[in-house]
Formats: sequence, structure tokens, C-alpha cells
Amino acid sequence: MWEALDDFYWTYQSLIHAIGVNGILALSVYVVLAVGQLSLGQAAFMGVGAYTGALLTVKFGTPFAVSMAAAATVPALLALVVGGPTLRLTGVYLAIATIGLGEITHIVFLNWDYAGGALGLSGIPERGGVWAIYGTLAVLLVGFTLVARSRVGRAMEAMREDEAAAGVMGVNLPRYRMTALVVSAAMAGIAGCLSAHVSSFIGPGEYGFESAVRILSYALLGGIGSPVAPVLGAAILTLLPEVLRPLADFRLMVNGLIIVLAVLFMPRGILPWRIARTG
Amino acid sequence: MLEQQLVNGVVLGATYALFALGFTLMFGVMGVINLTYGVYFAVGAFAALWTTQALGLPIAAAVAVGALIAGVIAVAIDTLLLTRLRKAKAPELASLMVTLGATLFLYAGMAASLGTEIRRFPAAVFDGGAYSLGEVRVGATQILIFAAALVLVVALMALVRGSRIGLAIRAVAENPDAAALMGIDGALMLRVVSFLSGAIGGAAGVLVGLNFNAIQPFMGEHMMLRGFAVIIVGGLGDLRGALLAGLLLGLAEVLTAAYLSSTLKDMIAFGLLVATLWFRPMGLFGRAAAKRA
Repeated sequence: MWEALDDFYWTYQSLIHAIGVNGILALSVYVVLAVGQLSLGQAAFMGVGAYTGALLTVKFGTPFAVSMAAAATVPALLALVVGGPTLRLTGVYLAIATIGLGEITHIVFLNWDYAGGALGLSGIPERGGVWAIYGTLAVLLVGFTLVARSRVGRAMEAMREDEAAAGVMGVNLPRYRMTALVVSAAMAGIAGCLSAHVSSFIGPGEYGFESAVRILSYALLGGIGSPVAPVLGAAILTLLPEVLRPLADFRLMVNGLIIVLAVLFMPRGILPWRIARTG
Repeated sequence: MLEQQLVNGVVLGATYALFALGFTLMFGVMGVINLTYGVYFAVGAFAALWTTQALGLPIAAAVAVGALIAGVIAVAIDTLLLTRLRKAKAPELASLMVTLGATLFLYAGMAASLGTEIRRFPAAVFDGGAYSLGEVRVGATQILIFAAALVLVVALMALVRGSRIGLAIRAVAENPDAAALMGIDGALMLRVVSFLSGAIGGAAGVLVGLNFNAIQPFMGEHMMLRGFAVIIVGGLGDLRGALLAGLLLGLAEVLTAAYLSSTLKDMIAFGLLVATLWFRPMGLFGRAAAKRA
């Protein structure tokens, strides 16, 4: 029994890792969507986290916990600098600023010789692994389910449905948006760090515009009614190219199409049920 | 030397200004950040490549063909994707996400069908020679780029500010419901605006493709960062601001590449964008218009 499981794990190792990491990323974009904002910087935050963690581990030999903490902090600070001024404006500004951030981090990684430049950073020692990935995912899922059931969750939903009304009811809009963005950036950074430490290699091409859109498509396919939905969306979209091999060449087109169809015809995703409230 | 860099900067800035003008016009009238705009840019450039290579027409014809094809595609995309959301009065972020998905779809489709290698205009296109003014050399292509950008900008401004159609467009931008009550066909005006901005995006694609002589499907994606910077610095929906900000960005990039470093050049657009958001979110000429909840 255990041997069979072991075989299964070794065969599909990278896919199992990818599903967990993408689940965390889906949650990170869910947090921002849940307060009615749109961040297209998740891939950039993930990349910054991956590079921060990997550089610390490779060049300074820091313990994994330190690399992880740094990989969460640096993207969060970046989110403050880039997103901070947009949170008092309409949502369009955050979307624009974060798309710009994605382009610019790509250029920085590409030209940063210390971090390997265009060749990327290889030989990252294996740390964390499947337990760390799924442990993080589980903690985040439970955490967000508790938040969704609370007063904070209701405030977030009110903002999403009608900002002006939520503001009048006493919801501190800028503070909620800021917190959501910073938490989301930190989560994406953690996902990047976890993924870098199981794949042993990171490169500048992995965190571009396509990745940002891919991460958004997880949450749009799953829906944002509950924290489980985006994670399910991530699992489906990660498995899809594996199941439909011939489709692999058109993966990007399929991701784009899913976003278009989801927004036009299925605005609440495939898991539209909301979490019951308490308190 | 400085004069030469200034000339190059003004030529580049003119193409940025043109590109941003179509983008900001689209936002100003429709209230939607349409990310497919970068695709029109690449479509225009490819159409021009086809006109000059396969048909052997001169570059002026290529600009017209590129603009026309990009404009028609812009109308088709807008009708297909955004009409439905507009009817449902969907929030602006929903529209943005739809155009985002469409952008990825179109880029990936273009890359799959056209290939991602960099293509170049036939050499005959650049046969105009160059003029020397003292130390400064100005290529015939540069003059053509600047003149075309100037003509298009002036024509668009004249149309928007000085014609009945422009008046109708501005009325729809101001208040679609009131405009409809005054007998303006709102849907038609939106199609006109889609065509105009698509055509301008396409023309800008031809001119930028000429300037760098490098055409590939993702060229619009890199241009969008500049487009965002210019429309934010100029103020969202502000045509005059976009013109000035585009020129400034072109000059700043050329001067940085010449005197500091070419890596830093790519950072300028984003630096200006973030600085504007912090210190002057309403843009260069704007009055405080941030929506407060």
C-alpha cells in the first residue's frame, strides 16, 4: 500500500507540487478579488518571493524558515509601495499599477546578473517539499474560511457588492483594501518560495504576464464565493493540460478563453455557494 | 551628442503619444481599460509588413492599411466582448478582466499562427536616405514617423474637438443616457470610437515597428507598459495630457539610454507611473477627480 503511494508520488511529484502551489496562488488572488479589487501582480509577487527565498538559501545558506519569512515580507513591502497610493482611487488604478509591476519585475530579473540574469538561478537545495506546501495550503484554507464566516468576511463581501454602501455602513475601505493586498502579496511570495525550493531552478520567464493571467483564471473559474472554490479552480486548470495532452500547445489560449467565458457567462464561478455565516 | 538624442527622443515620443492617445480616448469614452489595445498595435504592424512585403506598396499605404485592419478588429472585439457587459452595467473590473482574457487568447493565437521570431520590413522601405542639419542626422524614416504621428494626432483632435461627431462622442463620454435623450445613437458612437482608437493603435504599431524595425506578436505587450504610464501620467481619459506625457516619456527614455544605461531606460515608464500615483494621481492637468467612497 505505502509502496504504491510512494510510486504514485514519485511519478507525479511535480504535478502534485504544482497543484498545491497554484492553490496558494489562487487563494492569494481570491483575497484581493474578495474586497472587489483586481491585482495582476500575483506572478510578480510570486517571482519576488521565489528570488528572495532562493537567493537567501543559495548565497547565504539561511534556514528555510528565514528564507520563507523574507519571501513573504519583501513582496508585501513592494505591494505597499506600488499599491498603496492606488487604494484611495478606483480599482482600475491598482490593476494598471500591478500589470506594470509584472513587466518591470520581469525586466529586473532578466538583467540582474547576481541572480543569474536570463539564465535564472539553479541548484536551489530542496527544502520544505510536499508537506510544507499542503500544510500551508491547509492552514490558509482554514484561516480564510474562519475569516469568511466572521464580521470581517461580511465587510469584505459588502465592499465587493457595493463599495459606497459598505463605506456608509462604516467599513474602513482603504484599510481593508490595503490589508487584503499586503496579505495577498505575502501569500504569493510564500508560494514562490515553496515552489522554488522543490523545483531547484527558477528563471525570469516564469513570472510574466501569462502567469499573472493564469493565476487570475484559477479564481475566476472556481469563483470567489468561498475560499475552497479558487483552490478547486487551480486544481482543475493545473490538471487540464496533463489530461488533455493535445491541448498543451494551446494552453494559453484556453486560459484566456476561460477568463472571457467565466466573466461573461459564469460570473460566480463553478462553485457559487457561499459559506454560512456565524457571529 | 545632445541634439541628436533630442531628435531621436522626439520621434520616439511622438509614437508613444500617438499610441497613448488611442488608448486614453477609448477609456475616456467607454470608461473601460481595454487591454486588447496592445493587440491592435501588433496587428497594425503585421498588416503593414504584409502590405510592404507581399503587395510591395509604399510605407504610407502600409500605415493606412494597418490602421484600417486594426480598427475593424477593434470594433469586432468590442462588439463581441463588451456590448453584453455594457448592457448589464457590469462593474469596470469585469470589463477589464474580459479584455485581459481576450488579450491572452489573441496573443497566444498570433504567436501560434505567425511565430514569435522577429520580422523586419523590406530594406526598400528605408530607402529615403538622411538629411544632415549641422551635426544632427535625421533619417527620412524618422521624418515620416514624426509627420505621420503629427497628422494623425491633429486629425483626431480636430475630429473630437471640432466636429459634430466629436461633439456626439464627447456627449456619450459625459453621460450616455442624456446623450441618448438628445437623439445621439450611443451604440454607433461607441463603434466609431472603437474604430478610431483601434486604427490609431494600429498606426502606432506600424510607426513603432518602423522606428525599431522589429515586429513580433508580443510587441504590443511591452508597449502596454508605456501606454499605461502615459495615460496615468497624463490623467486617465485626458487627450492633451496623453500627448504631453508621451513626448516626455520618449525623450526621457532616449536620454536615459544615451547617458545612463539601457536597462534603466525600461524602468522609466514604471517609475513615472508609480510616482504619479503617489504624488499626482489625477495626472498632469487633472483636477482631483478620484472617486471617494
